[in-house]
Amino acid sequence: MKKRISVLLIMALLTMAALGGCAGGTEDSSGDNSSTESQAGNPVYGGSIVVGIQQDVDSLDPHKATAAGTKEILFNIFEGLVKPDENGDLMKALASDYTVSEDGLVYTFTLREGVKFHNGNVVTAEDVKYSLDRASGLLDGTPLISSLSVLTSVDILDDKTVQVTVGSANTELIYSFVAAIIPAGSGEEESGTPIGTGPFSFVSYKPQEGIVIAKNPDYWQQGLPYLDEVNFKIVNSPDTALLELKGGSIQIYPYLTDSQANELKDSFQILSAPSDVVQALFLNNASEPLNDVRIRQAICYALDLDMINEYVAGGGATLVSSAMLPTLHTYYVDLTDTYGSSANIQKAQELMTDAGYPDGFDLEITVPSNYEYHMQTAEVVAEQLKAAGINATINPVEWSSWLSDCYTDRNYQSTISGITSDMTPGYLTNRFQTDSKKNFVNFASAAYDETYQAAAAALDPAEKAELYKQVQKILCDEAGSAFIQVPPITIAMDPKLAGYKFYPVYVQDMSTVYYTE
Amino acid sequence: MKRRGSIKWNKYLIAGLCMTGLVVLLGILGVFWTPYSTTAMSASERFAAPSLRHFFGTDNFGRDIFSRVMKGIGTTILISTLVVAISGAAGILVGALTGYFGGIVDEIVMRITDAVNGFPSILLALVVISVMGTGQKNLVISLGIVFMPSFIRIVRSEFIRLRDADYISRARLMGVGRVRILFVHILPNIFSTFWVSVMIGFNNAILAESGMSYLGIGVQPPQASLGKMLSDAQGYLTTAPWYALAPGLTIVWIVLGFSLLSEGIQRLSK
Repeated sequence: MKKRISVLLIMALLTMAALGGCAGGTEDSSGDNSSTESQAGNPVYGGSIVVGIQQDVDSLDPHKATAAGTKEILFNIFEGLVKPDENGDLMKALASDYTVSEDGLVYTFTLREGVKFHNGNVVTAEDVKYSLDRASGLLDGTPLISSLSVLTSVDILDDKTVQVTVGSANTELIYSFVAAIIPAGSGEEESGTPIGTGPFSFVSYKPQEGIVIAKNPDYWQQGLPYLDEVNFKIVNSPDTALLELKGGSIQIYPYLTDSQANELKDSFQILSAPSDVVQALFLNNASEPLNDVRIRQAICYALDLDMINEYVAGGGATLVSSAMLPTLHTYYVDLTDTYGSSANIQKAQELMTDAGYPDGFDLEITVPSNYEYHMQTAEVVAEQLKAAGINATINPVEWSSWLSDCYTDRNYQSTISGITSDMTPGYLTNRFQTDSKKNFVNFASAAYDETYQAAAAALDPAEKAELYKQVQKILCDEAGSAFIQVPPITIAMDPKLAGYKFYPVYVQDMSTVYYTE
Repeated sequence: MKRRGSIKWNKYLIAGLCMTGLVVLLGILGVFWTPYSTTAMSASERFAAPSLRHFFGTDNFGRDIFSRVMKGIGTTILISTLVVAISGAAGILVGALTGYFGGIVDEIVMRITDAVNGFPSILLALVVISVMGTGQKNLVISLGIVFMPSFIRIVRSEFIRLRDADYISRARLMGVGRVRILFVHILPNIFSTFWVSVMIGFNNAILAESGMSYLGIGVQPPQASLGKMLSDAQGYLTTAPWYALAPGLTIVWIVLGFSLLSEGIQRLSK
């Protein structure tokens, strides 16, 4: 017993000494070395890097993969007729040119000369037809990529020209042609040995460990990629990732928390950019008392978005008040003035009194507890709502129960979570239609449905943008939910590397990354 | 039997009482009053270093860490007390019956406790939590179950030791009822051993609660808990070391205090 106590005492002293030592060594380095573009040095060809990723891949078949964490890797192996660039626009990839008929029903793609698959074969019109048929379900009746299911036929006009006909016009459909082009007839093999045309070719995949890709020497974009090999290593917990970064076994790790970024800023390049997620306090419009629009507006007024940004994102987030990414500049409209970015308690209380809740009400906020970011936001939100007299409690749940209770069954009062967007303006706005399957907040507005459908069908770009802006405004005015922010993505990169590019979508483009020495 | 009035004070007992006394007082005070609100945030005072204004500094939300530690002590001690009460009561009941009567029931109960003991305690508590869901009540129940076997074993072995003692045999001959023998004749004589195991169990319960909250499955935010504070502080270890030190050293202090106390009690009985 006596021994145990002295051991305890010694341990306590050691802990104090160790932690005290740390305290002495941290001079405040307030210099902010984060930026949105990594600075250029002299690119050196060759070398290999390890990139930490958060989860295992769900399928190596580019048409079957659905997880965002898989698509971010496959972006390096596969390409479509077009592919996204870092500005959120589309660039021509396997198609050197394309035209869309006036009625929006016929797309004609001209293939780029001499592009080769990783197996050495040249990409032909056959391969394109096969890939689009497979992805759209024309091949066997089951569409693998649902947005392509509107395709009615894919025809080969000549060796270098493919014509696609669709059943209904939608100017956003062109974004769906980022779907991977694979060799004709290779569908079954793709999940084992994926073959594409991207800057890197597939080398090996070990479940639970990671995936290795190597430079494609025949890549059609001259000078890319720089690196010889990239190893995507699965690191399950953010804490392990931190240790591995510090130990030097990982060179790039995306998706750091604000506190991790702080800890690493002296020894790593910390880069950040807006992510593709819209975070909100989602309000179940069908539940008491949130079915009253005044109550929902009161909640929007009560939130101090600037403070949330400061607390959980270190001021690096972009505030939003509707369901659209600010990076989609053509369609985005800044509505943060509607409820103000700081709290307006007086206005909130007026609205609550009008609605018959002068003394506030109870609000349960369900939060997927595996997301530290949402949990921290919930703590701040609960505190802010308290100031307006709303008694908010946090109910942390597992991700799987969040999916079933909140998302599928819609059995919740409010929840803090994020919805991920792609590059089309309709992706996030579509889910707030009254009878959308994805409308888990039960938002119901006839005006919204009408405007959204008009926006989706519009062919004139200016008109379409204007309609989408109205869509956002209705959602914001009706307080469909209390939208908060687009959190930043923060990555740590070895100081010897440069050239990392952020995309408005969830991809890790390794082709432009290079060593500077 | 009674030895009251003749307590031989020893240094362990005094040190232990002082340390635990201070913590318990802080914890009780924290239930009624804290210097600052434990949830009020302040953007202007994030990561303030310890000062007269904030004894332990402030955290990433600008909340006063001292107030949160006070609340956290209260939460931790309450949970640990309930855990020890549940497992201790079950230990006395089951241990007394199986130890005194023995037989097939004793065998079965012992094999069950063996099985429970076979699991690492945190792992078992994790299983219980994942079945029943998170929350303070479930935390108490799961830890209560995990801590039962050790109490059952100690009480049982004491009852086995004493059931054949002369005074018990005499009492039996004189026709004293079984219940009276169990709880009036034997039980008071195992208290010194029992209290020591209560103290050790209490310490383990504090560590287990902190561990569970650290893993995010114990006490849930925004309620303050020492373990949760530790895990939140992890990211700021180099920039705001006081954030981790305050709850960490408090846990060390509590555990050390109760260890000294149990050592003191043990010496008392010698």
